[in-house]
Amino acid sequence: MEILRATQLFEGLGSFLRRCLFSVLSVGPFPRHIAFIMDGNRRFAKNQNLEQGSGHKAGYSALMNMLKYCYELEVKYITIYAFSIENFKRRPEEVESTMKLMLEKIEALVEEKSIVNRYGVRVYFIGNLSLLSEPVKLAAKRAMDATSGNSKAVLLICIAYTSTDEIMHAVEETCKEKKDGLRVDRTDENESNIGVMDIEKHMYMAVAPDPDIIIRTSGETRLSNFLLWQSASTLLYSPGVLWPEIGFRHLVKAIMEYQRNFAYLEKKQKLC
Amino acid sequence: MAEEGIEKASPAGLKEELLQKHMAVMTAEESLREGLKAELLEKHMAAVITAEEALPEGLKAELMPKHVAVIMDGNRRWARERGMAVEVGHREGRRVMAELARLSSLWGIKVLSVFAFSTENWTRPREELEALMSLYEEVVTTYGEEDFERHNSGYNARVSFMGDRSKLPESLVEKMNIAEEKTKANKGLHIIIGLNYSGRYDIMQATRSIVSKVKDGILQIEDINEKLISEEMETNCAEFPVPDLLIRTSGEQRISNFMLWQLAYTELYFAEKKFPEFEEEDYVEALISFQKRDRRFGGMKYK
Repeated sequence: MEILRATQLFEGLGSFLRRCLFSVLSVGPFPRHIAFIMDGNRRFAKNQNLEQGSGHKAGYSALMNMLKYCYELEVKYITIYAFSIENFKRRPEEVESTMKLMLEKIEALVEEKSIVNRYGVRVYFIGNLSLLSEPVKLAAKRAMDATSGNSKAVLLICIAYTSTDEIMHAVEETCKEKKDGLRVDRTDENESNIGVMDIEKHMYMAVAPDPDIIIRTSGETRLSNFLLWQSASTLLYSPGVLWPEIGFRHLVKAIMEYQRNFAYLEKKQKLC
Repeated sequence: MAEEGIEKASPAGLKEELLQKHMAVMTAEESLREGLKAELLEKHMAAVITAEEALPEGLKAELMPKHVAVIMDGNRRWARERGMAVEVGHREGRRVMAELARLSSLWGIKVLSVFAFSTENWTRPREELEALMSLYEEVVTTYGEEDFERHNSGYNARVSFMGDRSKLPESLVEKMNIAEEKTKANKGLHIIIGLNYSGRYDIMQATRSIVSKVKDGILQIEDINEKLISEEMETNCAEFPVPDLLIRTSGEQRISNFMLWQLAYTELYFAEKKFPEFEEEDYVEALISFQKRDRRFGGMKYK
């Protein structure tokens, strides 16, 4: 009993300190949308001499913590790159165990005590969902329906996703829309009516504004087919830490980097 | 031993004549089976040595990127810091770009694409825009000149442009068309210059083209896939349309709407120095960093 109380006290203290830091940070410009490429689970497992699956489990804990910190800091939109279409090409055992883990976690999302309900988070699953197995697809739909009433924050989970697939789908939809329009109008100039907005509204990610920061862990500096369209003006931050080891301090550093950059951008515009 | 020699060296960076001899060796199965004749072997090994000598210390010929993209940021800030007009910064940038092209050609890089002017840059002050358009016209004219090759130590460069030409001054567009036409058949370094370009514009023009083809019955909507879209991108004219490495100068860590579709698996390198200060040693550093990276393209390297 006492250990439980001590843990709760400790957690409460941690939360209080984070809120203090938040009030300091929020004096400056604040990111509205942070996206994460959670790289490094397998390397973490290898370094710690654990078996393959344990890296992903440790990664999941790290994710829950990061979500908690982000929502405490009132970052409204969070996007995570959970499973790329390219990942289907991995070893079948790994793909299967990842799917099993995802099914487990998606079902956990809708439970009462989950982080999603605690912070009033609406969940979207972003990607080519038809590529998923039936149980995962159904669980995803259930989670989206169950959280559709939440409005405090948004969690976008990219699953069976690549950005080029998303863009291709948007181009297809634009084509369908404009092609029918063309038949009605019958003018030759109609293609030039297609603008950036026409394509953007068909993106799976159209439910959220563009990300302010993309954080990719484990030091790799590339986008790996994640949010290519949406990242046109996004700050790219790639700390060397492996994903399961990411903590509050990394998030703070990312936000400070964002604020520093924001100031520079403003100065740059003033140079005109 | 002869076969080992072939496997280790790559065609990158070989001179035209030696390259042809090398290619003849590679494609002739019988020659491979019998082993190289002594004379060809000598020429081949000489080519390998020459290619490696041209490379600075620390760089490996077989790991050179085929396509390097550069966001040439920092000209204005550099000029301001020295109390000079921004136009001076842009001219310095021009000099650095020509140097990067020379080095790229020397080191066996096949395509160099640069972000000269973004669709978002029209908000700059009018004097700067006029100076820029005038600078571009000056530069583009030299590409179309008869003795461009001689000016550029015969590295036989091909020049293309990407971006929305409809908003650029007519006189500039005319010169751009001439330059592209004149250098179309050149087999050296392919320089792609983004003028009034952006990644979203590129995807948009691809979409317009596809819609137009569907309307004309050339394409069905079911035919739309990633490969089709890639082929509609303005970089598709290049032998290697996808950048392996993107370098951005002046410390800002963002893509700023440069190629978006094409950068899916590109290694990104952010240099602190402003573009006019970016020298050979900085380029080498970027390339060394690239060569050290573990490129997985979404898959997993089984060790």
